[in-house]
Amino acid sequence: MKNRRLLFWSILLLTLASLLIDLPTSYRLKFKVGSFSFDQEISRPFAFLRRFKLVRGLDLAGGVHLMFRAKMDGVAQEDRDQALVSLRDNIERRVNLFGVSEAVIQTSKAADQHRLIVELPGVVNVGEAIDLVGKTAQLDFRESVEIPPEATESATIYDLFAGKTGLTGAHLIKSEVQFNPNTGKPEVGLEFDEEGKKLFGEITGRNVEKPLAIFLDGLLVSAPQVKEPITDGKAAISGEFDLRQAKSLVSQLNAGSLPVSIELIERRQVGPTLGEESVQKSMKAGLVGLAIVALFMAIYYRWLGILADAGLIVYALISLAIYKLIPVTLTLPGLTGFLLSVGMAVDGNILIFERMKEELKQGKPWNVAMELGFGRAWDSIRDANVCTLIICFLLFNPFDWGFLSNSAMVRGFAVTLFLGVFIGMFTGIIVARTLLRVFARKKA
Amino acid sequence: MNGIKWTKLNWIFFTISALFILPGVYSLVRWGLELSVDFTGGTLLEISADGLNQDGIAELINGKGLSLKSIQSSGDKSLLLRFDSLEEASKDDLLNTINETNGSLPEVVRWESLGPALGQELLTKTGISILLAILVILVYINLQFKNRAFGVCAVLAMLHDSLILLGSFSLLGHFFGVEVDSLFVTAVLTILSFSVHDTVVVYDRIRELSRINPKMSFEEISDLAISQTLVRSINNSLTIIFMLIALVWLGGETIRNFALALLIGTVAGTYSSTFTAVPLLVVWQKAFRKRWK
Repeated sequence: MKNRRLLFWSILLLTLASLLIDLPTSYRLKFKVGSFSFDQEISRPFAFLRRFKLVRGLDLAGGVHLMFRAKMDGVAQEDRDQALVSLRDNIERRVNLFGVSEAVIQTSKAADQHRLIVELPGVVNVGEAIDLVGKTAQLDFRESVEIPPEATESATIYDLFAGKTGLTGAHLIKSEVQFNPNTGKPEVGLEFDEEGKKLFGEITGRNVEKPLAIFLDGLLVSAPQVKEPITDGKAAISGEFDLRQAKSLVSQLNAGSLPVSIELIERRQVGPTLGEESVQKSMKAGLVGLAIVALFMAIYYRWLGILADAGLIVYALISLAIYKLIPVTLTLPGLTGFLLSVGMAVDGNILIFERMKEELKQGKPWNVAMELGFGRAWDSIRDANVCTLIICFLLFNPFDWGFLSNSAMVRGFAVTLFLGVFIGMFTGIIVARTLLRVFARKKA
Repeated sequence: MNGIKWTKLNWIFFTISALFILPGVYSLVRWGLELSVDFTGGTLLEISADGLNQDGIAELINGKGLSLKSIQSSGDKSLLLRFDSLEEASKDDLLNTINETNGSLPEVVRWESLGPALGQELLTKTGISILLAILVILVYINLQFKNRAFGVCAVLAMLHDSLILLGSFSLLGHFFGVEVDSLFVTAVLTILSFSVHDTVVVYDRIRELSRINPKMSFEEISDLAISQTLVRSINNSLTIIFMLIALVWLGGETIRNFALALLIGTVAGTYSSTFTAVPLLVVWQKAFRKRWK
């Protein structure tokens, strides 16, 4: 008995917590009672809860989805994965510089192609975006020049490294992380081709004890000090960096050395108004649908149905809170999946209530019928939902299998349906049963 | 309802199924499906502005020598244009011309363009995911019911629903230009799981009843199982159907077809789980004359 009461309070607590997270981060409250008027911005209580927001997908927020094919013909088979990572990192850097927030850049491999998927929410000018992403990275090495003493104040990094050396990314065969055999610290190794070897030897020869700068797309990446002339075409940049920084540097260097150009193969652009309109329409449809479902349950199952409706409200609150917590990127198909799962969430209740009716008909006392109804319906509920969960798994394709779809829209649907089935089982069985037991005690 | 001899009416149920499947299959064979750019590749451009004139725009586009495949209105003031391909520059040029003749620059609501190779890829992936889904469900039901008949009949009922869904969209495509896109594929897969969802509940009941009443014939058990689960099956589907009707009716252009596909599938699935899956099982038992269990 004690456990059951505990369960009841936990459910109540969980619902309240969800409600808190569900509230908008801030809301402008304005009302007037007699001579007292109130106009203030109300924030969601508890500052740490305020970082949870609903993430809207491209189709709802508006923006551009671009898919590129990386042309890997010039890259050795074993270097292709690395080249793709470099490509992604480099494009990510450019996109961030461009000031697009919440951009998503992913790599994927399908049908023997290396692909890059770029999603830019809120971007309307596609041409600019494609130019930004599509251009091939330019890597070059520059040496420092003497700066006249009177100009040191105003000199920039570009003035300092104004000496073009003619050594570029095209001369770099590849770059990789290696470990210094003496110190065990990570280093960045560089390997040049024949011409690069000669150039690099000359450059390092005249720059001993001076920095040699590496620029990517005109931005300084690194400026290591030359210790001695290097004539074998193999250099190592050592310094006080950890493995992560070394990897990042390698990735930038490779972006400039591996000759990967990209070709646009898919483009989807959604204007900002379509998304807004869709959200409003779906919300309206969802509320109407929810009301009909709730009404149906209340009319057909009377007070049992009203308890199920209470469970349904808990269901909606918890779902929304979980979307914000994970966070689930909400798309239009995702919204559909959620609404669909509302219809399915009462499935458990219906199974149980029908079962209860049967047991009651056989003359069992009310509370026995209730417990039997819950117990016996469980097998059916489990078996029936397993199939939906399996399909959700295939649709979501969590391991990015190349032979299944990995479209963001399909995934958006799968993830909300999946969560819906789970939460629906919880509210349909545990929440409904707890409410019923509390109710049944009063009734008896 | 407990006394109704449902299994005596099997032929009626099969006839009803046939009535719904055959026109669709005919349409599928004759006209196929109306495929969207997701499958065919190409460009789709949706623009919105006050006073857009469909014929005028079509003329304008043809005048520019652009490869317009189709034009249709979507919503109050939007037009949906399909091209074999459309470059960025041509699009901007087109919008500017519309601006000059129409007096307002149309807003780009949607602009999608896909290479043709991707369509082929989607087709392959669709095929694989559907086969995989069927296989996994077949294995799962076999494990649960330890009887091959259950798995096979559940999958047949599932195919029944898919055929109705595909057939309906073939007809809708031919007569109303409704297109099949990657979300339709998602709908088909979801319907596969819904179909099994209800079927499992009836089969569960058959299993349970046969355990309690080992002396009853398979037909009697099936009759009883149908009577006992029918209300639940209908009520459960009704709640989903209410939700989907609300979505089709109020949910906006973008997901209307998706919701419609789910709706048709759910209705078919509700019917088939009781009136196709169980009769098939009865026929199977008769045909193989095995003692069940």
